[in-house]
Amino acid sequence: MEQAGTTPGGYLLVLSILLPLAGMILSFTAGGRSAERIARFSSPFGFALACAIAFHVSRAGKPIVYALGDLPPPLGIALRADGISAVMLIAAAVILTAAIFYARAKFTTPDGVRESRGSLTFWIMLQAIWAALNIIFLSGDLFNLYVALELLTFAAVPLVCIDGRPETIAAALRYLLFALFGSISYLLGVALLYGTYGTLDILLLSQRVQAMPVVWIAAALMTCGLLAKTALFPMHLWLPPAHANAPAAASAVLSGLVVKGSFFLTLRLWFYVLPALPADKFAMVLGCLGSAAIIAGSVVALRQARLKLLIAYSTVAQIGYLFLVFPLAAGAQAWSGIGWSAGVMQILAHAFAKAGMFLSGGLLAEALGHDQIAKLGGAARVLPLTFLTIALGGLSLVGLPPSGGFSAKWLMLRASIASGQWLWTLPVLAGGLLAAGYVYRILAPALSDDQISLASSPDRSREVIALALTTIAIALGFAPQTFFDFLEIGRPVAGP
Amino acid sequence: MSLLPYLDIGLASLVIGVAFFTITARDLFASVVGYVAYGLLLAFVWIRLYAPDVALTEAAVGSGVTGVLLITAGKRLGELKNVAPDAEPEFTLKLLTGALAALIAGALGAAILALPDPPPSLAPEAAAAADGAGAGLGNPITAVLMSYRSFDTMLEKMVLILAVVGVWSVGTDKAWGGAPAPLRQPKPYAPMVFLAQILTPVGVLIGVHIFWTGANAPGGAFQGGALLAAMWMVTMMARLVEPPRIDAKWLRPALVAGPAVFLVTGLAGELMAGSFFAYPPSLAKPIILFIEAFMLLSIAAALPLLVAGPPIERPDQ
Amino acid sequence: MSPSVLAGLTGATLVGLGLYGLILHPHPLRKLLAFNLIGSGVFLVFGIVARRGATAGFRFDPIPQAMVITGIVVAFAASAIAVALILRLSAESDHVTLKPDVWTRPPGGNTR
Repeated sequence: MEQAGTTPGGYLLVLSILLPLAGMILSFTAGGRSAERIARFSSPFGFALACAIAFHVSRAGKPIVYALGDLPPPLGIALRADGISAVMLIAAAVILTAAIFYARAKFTTPDGVRESRGSLTFWIMLQAIWAALNIIFLSGDLFNLYVALELLTFAAVPLVCIDGRPETIAAALRYLLFALFGSISYLLGVALLYGTYGTLDILLLSQRVQAMPVVWIAAALMTCGLLAKTALFPMHLWLPPAHANAPAAASAVLSGLVVKGSFFLTLRLWFYVLPALPADKFAMVLGCLGSAAIIAGSVVALRQARLKLLIAYSTVAQIGYLFLVFPLAAGAQAWSGIGWSAGVMQILAHAFAKAGMFLSGGLLAEALGHDQIAKLGGAARVLPLTFLTIALGGLSLVGLPPSGGFSAKWLMLRASIASGQWLWTLPVLAGGLLAAGYVYRILAPALSDDQISLASSPDRSREVIALALTTIAIALGFAPQTFFDFLEIGRPVAGP
Repeated sequence: MSLLPYLDIGLASLVIGVAFFTITARDLFASVVGYVAYGLLLAFVWIRLYAPDVALTEAAVGSGVTGVLLITAGKRLGELKNVAPDAEPEFTLKLLTGALAALIAGALGAAILALPDPPPSLAPEAAAAADGAGAGLGNPITAVLMSYRSFDTMLEKMVLILAVVGVWSVGTDKAWGGAPAPLRQPKPYAPMVFLAQILTPVGVLIGVHIFWTGANAPGGAFQGGALLAAMWMVTMMARLVEPPRIDAKWLRPALVAGPAVFLVTGLAGELMAGSFFAYPPSLAKPIILFIEAFMLLSIAAALPLLVAGPPIERPDQ
Repeated sequence: MSPSVLAGLTGATLVGLGLYGLILHPHPLRKLLAFNLIGSGVFLVFGIVARRGATAGFRFDPIPQAMVITGIVVAFAASAIAVALILRLSAESDHVTLKPDVWTRPPGGNTR
């Protein structure tokens, strides 16, 4: 199954990376108001490219490849788009476009000023995140992925402290240090892999990797680094302050997409590079850490006084679900495909639901002047669309039908039972109950009969954007079987 | 009858010793100075590993510019006069962390000793491609950076620009558009001025030379650019020039020139050579040098700005 | 002991030393220094991989060395951002610390 060289449609992969990069450069050079216009103008094209790539992948039935410089690996770098790449590209395009249009109200350059710090930074960083994510989803070279991870970190950190409050700067610094530790640990593993096999191409490595102590150590280092960046328990401490104190559009992108980038790499590492390793114990460890994250994150979320912090701790918990994919999708059994679909569905459902919730959380905070849960009495009657969005997002997070979250958890339960790993049903069910608890905490006071006054009325179009995202999270629950078959394109199925 | 093994062991011990000092020194400033010394010693280790390009980069960027960054940071922190000494961590924590660090270092050492023999290498492929995709460049590292893995290098230039924007964004809203703080004390220091006047022209020449010979000998745009950046920083430290306003009209194109030219050339490769980031065979070397020239400009502009920091408010603004 | 093996073990020691400093030092600037130490140790590991790849008339494998050059520049950029954040943090407060409870004190209510 050699796939060196370039397949038809491969040029789209390069364009989808170069477009946001070019936008970033142009925004920086032109500065001022042009930065926002460039971001807005290029976002539909970014979405179109993502759809075009998905179309080509589904038509070909196998991954599309592009060898940069017409030089195939091991000497050159190859880009590869398979089923999950295409789906993540589209998800990123949609969420980033939504964030761009939502944030216009807050990050437009004020009148009378040629250029403002917050607005230039925001539009440049957002396009940089888009570019970095696209590279992460498409690149087939481990060092290229390291550079993409650094690009992602350098774009995400300034977004955390963009409004300049001291607590955000401390949160940004902690995020940066965790992220740098993560990248350097990843890089060390990459060095060992190159020293053992002489290549960093994912496909070539998968053909050469064997279970040796060096490889185990390299895998451990890389995984540890990626876990720090994905904020898996116990390395999750940086996430809640960073995501809760960032502006709403930034939080939506950070929670919805940025943490998924490093998780995506963890998937690539274990399922694409290292399937030859007998990794049951490792998968068990990851599953246990994930379960701990679900329980701990949900319990702490229940005790939060601020809405945005609650949503941020909910992210910590939902990330735990993602790591259940490791024990549930390993190997080539019949249930592995179910586990794989479960993992990808969880990524997508959480991305859309959480992004929508953060956006509406931001609208709520602007409208009421605060985000204290205790003072939300009666808010649902004055902000109906916003609370509908929160309710729909909560539906998906809890995992009630019909929703993407329900599909994900249902598939996880099926995979646990089919594979005989009954253990994982416990955190899935417990997490659902706890999530119901914290969603109830938000909605119950809001739906009460108290009177509440608005500091300002939210913009209808922004409410609709947030609602659209959570509606997508619900709509994912209706995904047909062809969707799950699409996710299987390019997935390596190794022997047990 | 070689002294080299003793030299190597001595060098390694020295490096580890200075690193240990850097970690355990009580005073912040002492540990920063120790780090700069450590970087220079490390450059020697790189030379023993037959990596002159890396030695140049480590000395110039890794210890040189990073050292200026950290020393400037240390001085600015001292000026702010609010660095309260933090509590010493308790003994059990130290013990546990030490054990963890030893464990990881041990595992890593074992992994390194367990690396396979004969070691895998892409040197044969690089040698075979030297006249084709390698554009006949005599320096194989430049061939890797600018041709085989040019996508990585272009991304790295983008990362530099993003870092500049990130550093600028940490400033306050009111200060936006202004210039960063000067790199040194208000009064120009006469020996510093003299050094800047003598050293800068020579340094600029050497920097450009290192960039130019990087095609066939150790060197290249990164190393040359770091040297040019250092010369600009020296003149700023001597207060002969001041850090520019970040909304200066020439600054943004200068910063962006490298990555922009790289990106455009990469796109054009599809039309000229059939693939993105490919070069037409006859024009490969001139195109590579063309891109590197703009990279030189961008690196020389970006590194000092990263050291200078975010714009600050001035009373007369 | 060949220079490669020695340098590799030096790199391993540096990673250990740096990790110790990264975890233990409370001051963010010292953490940054420790991180740079880890980084240079990792680059040394790349370096010995490059040196061991000496074949085909080359004294070294150029790919890992190119990666180190890229890595050194990226590590510097990271340090610059970290320094900017540290300086801004110290300008805003009287205590440069990463302890979360000092900063997460919004009006009313608990945060942990």
